[in-house]
Amino acid sequence: MRETLLELDGLTKAYPGVVANSDVSFQIGKGEVHALLGENGAGKSTLVKTIYGLVKPDTGTMTLEGKSFAPAEPRSARASGIAMVFQHFSLFDALDVAENIALGMENPPAMGDLADRIRDVSETYGLPLDPSRIVGDLSAGERQRVEIIRCLLQDPKLLIMDEPTSVLTPQEVEILFETLRLLSSEGTAILYISHKLEEIRALCESATILRLGKVVGTCDPRQTSAREMAEMMVGSTLHTPEREAKDPGEVVLSIKSLSAPAPHRFGTALKDISIDVRAGEVLGIGGVAGNGQDELVAALSGEMRTGAGMVSLNGQSIGHLMPNARRARGLCAAPEERNGHAAAPDMSLTENATLTGTVRMGLTRNGFVQWHKARSFAEEVIKAFDVRTPGPDNAARSLSGGNLQKFVIGREIMQKPRVFVVNQPTWGVDASAAAAIRQALLDLAADGAAVVVISQDLDELMEISDRFAALNGGALSAPRPAQGLTVEEIGLMLGGAHDMEVAHVEA
Amino acid sequence: MLRLEKRPQPSQVWTYTTPLLAVAITMVMGGILFAALGKDPLIAIRTIFWDPMFGQFASYSLPQLLVKAGPLMLIAIGLSFGFRAGVWNIGAEGQYIIGAICGAAVGLAFYPMEARWLIFPLMIIAGFAGGMLWALIPGFLRVRFGTNEILVSLMLVYVAEQLLASMSLGLLRNPEGMGFPGSRNLSQITSSQNLELISGTGMHWGVVFAFIAVIFAYIALSRHMFGFNVRLAGQSPKAAAFSGVNPKRLVLICMGLSGALAGAAGLFEVAGPSGQVSIDFNVGYGFTAIIVAFLGRLHPVGILLAALLMALTYIGGEIAQLTLGLPGAAIQLFQGMLLFFLLAVDVLTNYRIVLAKSEAA
Amino acid sequence: MDFSSINPILLLASLMVASTPILLAAIGELVVERAGVLNLGVEGMMITGAVCGFVVAYHSGSPWLGFICAALGGAALSMLFAFLTQFLLSNQVATGLALTLFGLGLSALIGQGYNGIKAPNFPDWHIPLLGDIPVVGPIVFQHDPMVYVGLLIVGAVWAFLKYSRAGLILRAVGENHDAAHALGYNVIFIRFLAIGFGGACAGLGGAYISLVRVPQWTEGMTAGAGWIALAIVVFASWKPSRLLLGAYLFGGVTVLQLNLQAAGLAIPVEYLSMSPYLATIIVLVIMSAGRAPGSLGKIFHASR
Repeated sequence: MRETLLELDGLTKAYPGVVANSDVSFQIGKGEVHALLGENGAGKSTLVKTIYGLVKPDTGTMTLEGKSFAPAEPRSARASGIAMVFQHFSLFDALDVAENIALGMENPPAMGDLADRIRDVSETYGLPLDPSRIVGDLSAGERQRVEIIRCLLQDPKLLIMDEPTSVLTPQEVEILFETLRLLSSEGTAILYISHKLEEIRALCESATILRLGKVVGTCDPRQTSAREMAEMMVGSTLHTPEREAKDPGEVVLSIKSLSAPAPHRFGTALKDISIDVRAGEVLGIGGVAGNGQDELVAALSGEMRTGAGMVSLNGQSIGHLMPNARRARGLCAAPEERNGHAAAPDMSLTENATLTGTVRMGLTRNGFVQWHKARSFAEEVIKAFDVRTPGPDNAARSLSGGNLQKFVIGREIMQKPRVFVVNQPTWGVDASAAAAIRQALLDLAADGAAVVVISQDLDELMEISDRFAALNGGALSAPRPAQGLTVEEIGLMLGGAHDMEVAHVEA
Repeated sequence: MLRLEKRPQPSQVWTYTTPLLAVAITMVMGGILFAALGKDPLIAIRTIFWDPMFGQFASYSLPQLLVKAGPLMLIAIGLSFGFRAGVWNIGAEGQYIIGAICGAAVGLAFYPMEARWLIFPLMIIAGFAGGMLWALIPGFLRVRFGTNEILVSLMLVYVAEQLLASMSLGLLRNPEGMGFPGSRNLSQITSSQNLELISGTGMHWGVVFAFIAVIFAYIALSRHMFGFNVRLAGQSPKAAAFSGVNPKRLVLICMGLSGALAGAAGLFEVAGPSGQVSIDFNVGYGFTAIIVAFLGRLHPVGILLAALLMALTYIGGEIAQLTLGLPGAAIQLFQGMLLFFLLAVDVLTNYRIVLAKSEAA
Repeated sequence: MDFSSINPILLLASLMVASTPILLAAIGELVVERAGVLNLGVEGMMITGAVCGFVVAYHSGSPWLGFICAALGGAALSMLFAFLTQFLLSNQVATGLALTLFGLGLSALIGQGYNGIKAPNFPDWHIPLLGDIPVVGPIVFQHDPMVYVGLLIVGAVWAFLKYSRAGLILRAVGENHDAAHALGYNVIFIRFLAIGFGGACAGLGGAYISLVRVPQWTEGMTAGAGWIALAIVVFASWKPSRLLLGAYLFGGVTVLQLNLQAAGLAIPVEYLSMSPYLATIIVLVIMSAGRAPGSLGKIFHASR
């Protein structure tokens, strides 16, 4: 048995309308790799913020190495040896690696010394970094390295990692795990937050499972099956989407040599993408964020115009057309950012229905908006997709993430597009809403539409795609049938890890 | 400790209450200001807000209300679309001047021909066109080069003022004016004059156009795709791009529209109440209209009411200067305060004030 | 027309004097914008500084005291802006404009009764040795102290942003205020300080006009200098070294057109007077400005 490093006892935290954590207790031992499991909304974030000093619990105590531990702010937590790598990085694009790391440290050494230390530590742990590179130019995996190195430079006792692998290729994941194992063997405890069961089984020696704010179980992942853990997380069996096999129809969407410059300094250029999508087919495009997904969706939806012949719909060139002209021809899209891009947060759902529905649903006449029609359309979407909201007059920002996502996707699907392009359809969405969305996508394809799904969630893509291609650095790999693809093959298609090497340290 | 918490929905109640609250607070603070200047605050407030409509000079000052409110309304309506869309036309004063110059030039060019049915409409068109073109300079520069329209439109105000001086002293100078700067008095020439349509009300063609603008703006904003696109572009530029709004076209339309209305306001003023093109005929309507636009919460009906209120403060201020010896600058300060307080209480529309127990971040 | 009446040495020397108010206001605003805040109220803060500085200097007889009070006055006014935009989350563009209108009104009110009075004398320094160098001496080394204060401030800001930890934190806040907040930095406090500094510098710039350049008080005497300062910050791509260049460029145009007017150049006076403003526009267009600080102008609201 390991010596206890951190003990949580009866932590409770409530916000108006929701109890985020309810009487949570567990222990983490020194050097232990401990998983914190749970679906979105289970309370993992709040718990971890409590440990890191961002949030004060209503009741309950924490003990660190036997002494009472109640950090008032992240600074105290850091001083006590707790380090955290957030899911959403706190990095400054226009500053370089060394400056970014210095900002995250309490008493950083002089810049020159810091640069040397960064080089040393990053080499040692197999995550090499050049201190003078501008962070905005780094890939997502490299940016995570900056975050990790920032933590490691402070010799933490406990390293908290929040959903770290969502931005990594399978090879990069393996290298990260080696780094974490090394840290664990040196006595640094790791609190690993994730909902990816296979990863947890590969890495962690103990796991605490949260559901709706409460601890519903602890286990040793090495000896528990993924299915058992999933059931503890969700509390019921999940509905796996069903699809019938269908022969794909004719080519509906044709992309030929699609190239476009990066839209802004930290964007990604599209490089010579060519692929055809057929009616009734679901094309899954995988890839970690920052490889051109947003740009590809923009090129298809019409936000970004390209050479006319680069994108064709039913044989007609549309690359030069604006979004509404494409909608008229049957192409609808849903971008990744639901609040702010796919929907206007301060506008009502009726107005948001008007955002994309004017053309295909006949919501305007001579330029005048038929508000009663728009309202009806919004109401239909709400009903058909089980969007939990008092009504269509509510602002988009008042909806929860999952419900807004259902609305946004529902709005497009109910316009009966011939081609539908969606980016990260179930990101941040709870399990049942995610399943509903995936089923809706499959139903749309079954109706004869061509569906392009871009996602970082490889499990999801494998579940619903007919064919799979990978987007890497703005270039699209050749598509392969999804059935039978192995994780290694996918990893290779995604580009693998470029310069990472397995961690090496003199024993 | 007080904390701000974002409301799930913008509050309907507060949207209407904030301007009233702002006016009320300003009156209180203004009263304190006047007291500090040695004037009885209650009398001062009464003089400014009550007397112009009901006091002893009311028969003179009441028509002035529309005379002053008209241009403010017209300009502010034009500005409101741009402001909603994030297009900041701060140079309306310059567009006002140029519109006046262009319109007056047309009128003077035809002199002494007498054909009001032809000349007056041409002047109006010239006024619209002059202001619109002057505003399209910053609009075009923004669209083509990404130049900040705030700075360019502002610089052009100073340029316009110099141009005005040059015109008053040179090209447009009255040849029978005995060498004094300034053009012929357009309000005395039948073909080009812009006089009261209904005597005693101060309502001239400019005021009529202002009311028409309010109606059109209301319809456009609430029922037309243009109004929807403007609101969308201002709130969520990314969602607007996704929807299919062409940002460049929107910038040009908004700048052009606000410039045209400002230019028309200038023309109506110079052919009417002020009468001639002179070095300093412009009194800052272009800048006050910005306050009016915000005070009216960028809404046509709000702008109508705000313009009347602002006109009231101008006229009341003049009366207070005469009867109480209140310095003119105090009114300017008062108007600036009004905008400040409006912006301050506006937070309540989107955020709730919450009493928080002290907790970390 | 008599070009020989234009003395190039005097021209260049007066260039530095003409540039100083804009330089001061611009370097202050540069710091504010690097912190991610767009304060359009520079004109209002400058004119407030001008009137405060003048009134205090006149009554006390000491221009130095005037300058100090001008800085305080500008900073105090900027606190109104800071409170509205940082605590009450108001729109930065509208609030900046309100600040300008308010400042113009306030200064006109305070300045009543001081029109046309001359300010106490603020003598030039004649720096020993350096000031005696022919040509360069009179141009650079024989100015009043505030010119040198201005240059000092520019240098200090440059070093601060590039080398100090506080400067790094300020830049980080301007880049990505959410990330800075997540790392535990007090974004609002830092911005308050930056805004106050900007106000103080603008105040100094305004006072320079009323105490040295003109030197007397007239309503609205800044005549757009604040707006030009804002343009210079953009021209400088938010870098102090380029800001110096920009300020001198504009000072140069202003001074040149005045000299040309005096020399009787056959262009009407009004068109020459337009030239600084037109030059500003042209420069803004030609400049493809470097990347603005990432959070510039965005409202910061710390959500849980």
